[in-house]
Amino acid sequence: MSEIRVEHLSHIYSQDTPFEKTAIEDINVTIPHGQFVGLIGHTGSGKSTFIQHLNALLTPTDGKIYVGGKDINADKKSRRDVKWEVSLVFQYPEYQLFEETVYADIAFGPKNMGLSEKEVDERVREAASFTGVDEELFQKSPLELSGGQKRRIAIAGVMAMRPGVLVLDEPTAGLDPAGCSQILDNIKKYRELTGATVIIVSHNMDDAARLAERILVFDHSRLVMDGTPEEVFSKPEELIEIGLSVPRPTAIAMELRKRGLQLPDSIYTHEQLKEAVLKLREAKNA
Amino acid sequence: MLKDITLGQYFPSNTAIHRLDPRTKIILVVVYIVALFQAKGWIGYGVVALGAISCMVISRIKPKTLFRGMKPLIFVIVLTGVLNIFYTTGTPVLPGWIITWEGIDRAARMILRIMLLVTGTFLLTYTTSPMALTDGLEILMNPLKKIKVPVHEMTIMMSMALRFIPTLIEETDKIMSAQKARGADFETGNLIQRAKALLPVLVPLFVSAFRRAEELAVAMESRCYHGGEGRTRMKQLVMGKNDYMAFGFSAVYLAAVIILKKFGL
Repeated sequence: MSEIRVEHLSHIYSQDTPFEKTAIEDINVTIPHGQFVGLIGHTGSGKSTFIQHLNALLTPTDGKIYVGGKDINADKKSRRDVKWEVSLVFQYPEYQLFEETVYADIAFGPKNMGLSEKEVDERVREAASFTGVDEELFQKSPLELSGGQKRRIAIAGVMAMRPGVLVLDEPTAGLDPAGCSQILDNIKKYRELTGATVIIVSHNMDDAARLAERILVFDHSRLVMDGTPEEVFSKPEELIEIGLSVPRPTAIAMELRKRGLQLPDSIYTHEQLKEAVLKLREAKNA
Repeated sequence: MLKDITLGQYFPSNTAIHRLDPRTKIILVVVYIVALFQAKGWIGYGVVALGAISCMVISRIKPKTLFRGMKPLIFVIVLTGVLNIFYTTGTPVLPGWIITWEGIDRAARMILRIMLLVTGTFLLTYTTSPMALTDGLEILMNPLKKIKVPVHEMTIMMSMALRFIPTLIEETDKIMSAQKARGADFETGNLIQRAKALLPVLVPLFVSAFRRAEELAVAMESRCYHGGEGRTRMKQLVMGKNDYMAFGFSAVYLAAVIILKKFGL
């Protein structure tokens, strides 16, 4: 099991130059195996820096990270091994496609793991099915496909390594609504079938609210809120204060409350809003 | 990390050196290099180094930054040192050795010369924004237009190249991270394996560089860029009192080094 434990994590970019910049400061968090975590915060709040520490792409300036109880920065080997356990999908992952065929690109990760050809083949087909990549595309060049397809192939390339922790940085950035929900469905499917931990960095509060079991809010290099969506979105004023938006249902509920409707505190999905409003009407009619 | 490469990077600040006209700075660097190659003895080198160090102090560039920028050159520096130590004839350090006192002396001077050379050019790029630098170059090379040298095209290409160095470095960094996350290994293996391991980085990098070039061309054309003909500048370069003072100093500086050379120092 791969529980992630982060202790007093800090990172400073370009230390000792005029460009010195503290990206994250004293982050403490424990993410149990299998949790679906949403990471929100505006640009420059340290989210991307944080997730790059989870698989040892960045070395902490200070602090420790344990995955499954092991210090991932202990030595060179553990820094490499953690990459099989915690996989990262970067922003605009389609820009990392390089192979001549879609199949070869998805197979790049599993091949690096040193799996046999048969296992690699199995992984590629499995990952393709997770992301709805048609096997007909396997022999095509990834560069001639559409943006949404490229994105799914790139994500498949990471899923093919079957990581216990899947971290995605803005997986839906720049896609149309249909493409967005497709990608999110793919991620949900992967989690249901493998029981993996999923950490999603998102600007889209609605997605974060709908999918995540737990929300971490970053602001000015610090982790400022940590809780279930109910807990976090029941304080919409605080979120707005640090310059974040709130899910649309929460915003509507806030407006309604201002106009005197007695709505409960933690509304963050359309379902909850609908129920709360219907309940009010029933009470009024009764 | 690749980001830490400081080669050709500008450190914005507002010191006297930063405020100098870029043309002045380019000329000063040329004077400095001439002086450096005139220096012969240790005193001469000392004077040259003094000039570089005082510029460094005035412009508040930390020595650490400078040395970090020199890192990629370590190989060249070490090679020069080794060659000079072993291939200079003279009195052996110990009887029977090939290493001679003259060799050590020469190696030290050569290493110092390379480092000073690099320091001078680094100080130029550290204290001058790429735009100012190319503007200055364009004006200085203007006379060459008479003999049909495409000065404007050359300088605009240079400013774009300089502009895109950090972008491309960042991009390379990002792609490398992404491929590392997929288990690519850039650190182990022999030369051929390592070269092969770069393929997953180079292909996406080229694809994106071409994409960027195309986007840039469209952006420039949609802002009516049509070459250097009749183009005016938003910031006119004007020489000030400081610039003339700098010229004065550099004349004295060069003269001092040449005079020292005459005396064999």
